Amino acid sequence: MAKITLSNLAHSYMDNPTRDEDYALKPVNHIWEDGAAYALLGPSGCGKSTLLNIISGLLKPSSGKVLFDENDVTNDDTAIRNIAQVFQFPVVYDTMSVKENLAFPLKNRGLNKEYIEKRVAEIAVMISLEDILNKKASGLTADVKQKISLGRGLVREDVNAILFDEPLTVIDPVMKWELRSQLKAIHQKLGHTMIYVTHDQTEALTFADKVIVMSDGEVVQIGTPTELFEKPAHTFVGYFIGSPGMNILPVEINGNIAIINDHKITLNNQYGSLTGKIELGIRPEFVTFSNDPNALPVKVNRVEDVGHYKIARANHLDHDINIILNDGDEIMDGVVFDKEKINIYADDWRVTP
Amino acid sequence: MSLTFEKITLTVEGEHHIYETNITFENATMNVLLGATLSGKTTLMRLMAGLDKPTTGRILWNGEDVTDKRVQDRDIAFVYQQFINYPSLSVYENIASPLRVMKKSNAEIAKAVKDTADLMKLTPFLDRRPLELSGGQQQRCALARALIKGAGLVLMDEPLANLDYKLREELRTEIPKIFEQSGAIFIYATTEPEEALLLGGNTAAMHEGHITQFGKTSSIYHKPNTAVTAAIFSNPPMNFLKLKKNADKITFADGTVIPAIEKLPDGDFLAGFRSNHLELNRLSKDAINFTATLETTEITGSETYLHMQHGDDRWVGLIHGVHDLPLGEDISIYLDPSHIYTFDQGGQLVLPASYTERGH
Repeated sequence: MAKITLSNLAHSYMDNPTRDEDYALKPVNHIWEDGAAYALLGPSGCGKSTLLNIISGLLKPSSGKVLFDENDVTNDDTAIRNIAQVFQFPVVYDTMSVKENLAFPLKNRGLNKEYIEKRVAEIAVMISLEDILNKKASGLTADVKQKISLGRGLVREDVNAILFDEPLTVIDPVMKWELRSQLKAIHQKLGHTMIYVTHDQTEALTFADKVIVMSDGEVVQIGTPTELFEKPAHTFVGYFIGSPGMNILPVEINGNIAIINDHKITLNNQYGSLTGKIELGIRPEFVTFSNDPNALPVKVNRVEDVGHYKIARANHLDHDINIILNDGDEIMDGVVFDKEKINIYADDWRVTP
Repeated sequence: MSLTFEKITLTVEGEHHIYETNITFENATMNVLLGATLSGKTTLMRLMAGLDKPTTGRILWNGEDVTDKRVQDRDIAFVYQQFINYPSLSVYENIASPLRVMKKSNAEIAKAVKDTADLMKLTPFLDRRPLELSGGQQQRCALARALIKGAGLVLMDEPLANLDYKLREELRTEIPKIFEQSGAIFIYATTEPEEALLLGGNTAAMHEGHITQFGKTSSIYHKPNTAVTAAIFSNPPMNFLKLKKNADKITFADGTVIPAIEKLPDGDFLAGFRSNHLELNRLSKDAINFTATLETTEITGSETYLHMQHGDDRWVGLIHGVHDLPLGEDISIYLDPSHIYTFDQGGQLVLPASYTERGH
């Protein structure tokens, strides 16, 4: 296992990048602590796979360095870096049994038979494959095959890190729950450094100690799930995390007063004088219907029942506002915001009051 | 208009793919096929489309037998998981292509493409090629092509499965609006309960080649008639626990005793309850206190998933707020009895959760 350091790392797929937009990965400095679980989260094309491929050695960065502990591995091949990888689609040897598949990475390294036997049995129990160890892989469903791929990624004790690239894409929802909680338990038990790439916020937030949110080749926030939820550093994080995402409303700020059209909202903090595009962010979870004369007037267009809660889709003039309703909440003509949970943004970046 | 399956079965090499199915989809309805991979959703759609022929039974379209009608001659559109567009044609020509095949006039085509592109928010991109669009826009282009035909039956097989999470969220809220304007029968296959709920309409729950229940989506969610349907329609998975009712007492498999639930006869049953109904605190005086071992917690920033072992059962609890709890230890978990569905030992619903009677 190793600490992984990204030092001034950047990448462009062009020969002579000049502008910001030419970079698939804009300069990033980050230290991945030994033994922690990280998620790289962002939409398609945000640069997360580029970053993962640089860490694994499949791609040489245009500039900057990758260090494993204190060793510069920037120019080392994947094989030398000693990492395990699990991909989106199962990579399984169909002619081998489940057991032989799991043992393969250990056999390759010439480990002794007894150790292999013991280690494979251990991993098989952790991911509930112990009952089918002697089955041929060829007849198994995609779900189970992907489990075998996961098992193979986890079987070696000596790896520097384990990289997962959207590993649950082909898995059914119920099995996803099982595998996610097993992965998490395995991380707690084995303590490998794990990096998990996904566009699915639930997978990222539930798996990782820290989530790296990327947008347009740029790391926009690194934080715990709670930090991303309560204090999104960028409006993109507010939008991308949460379902529905954060409500973003254009406002004018005057000290501790936010003005939306002619409506005034008193804030808990003073913001001084702000310049640029100023917006107020409030999550649907922290918006409540109210009859108070000072409430922000809204028109409700639709209410969706998502099972364990309801979403009211409303608008105040041109601005969409989503409200999460809890059991027993009633629809009214106005909404109020939980002031503790309001964030203010200038040109999309959060303003520290 | 209506589409009826009459005693339809499909057997391939002696293996049942679809067991006897009788169902009618009415005109202008949104119908979700909800079930795990390999439960038969795609097979059912291929039968509707005429891509496969049933082993027995008849398919009726407005009362007319179309069982032997070729797929070209049926009034259908099919949207697949992989978005399929013509890469060398512009978005305009992609959308127009079904009408070109139908030999419509240029004027008719221009109007139809404009209307459909407006609806699908593709108007600014009509001159581009599909590969110059984002994934979401590419799938919208494929959807537009399916809709422009004005087909009476629109089949969509997990159309959002390959899209990013946020794009799915967007299209999920758009598809019901598009459907409302089309007046067609929509059939939409998905593995995700949340998607079914957001689409609304009707849901047919599917399991191993059977339709286990068909009806209004919200009523299937709140009143599943079997433990299998309840499990299909719960994400996170539904939690289960055995119980015995005797006279005025209910004894759960772990020894917990509570007063009998009204209307439940004496005997052995299975209690089912959803993850969001488990609580860390006693919220009502009747709440049952269970003890379970906490194996893992997952924190989403606003909610906490608790993965627990309770006897032989794995339970998941979805709790509001962020809770950092010690792992590997026993915790108290509370459940209001009004949230318990009671199934008999064969998995048939005996009593729905009583909270569903209060206006759900």
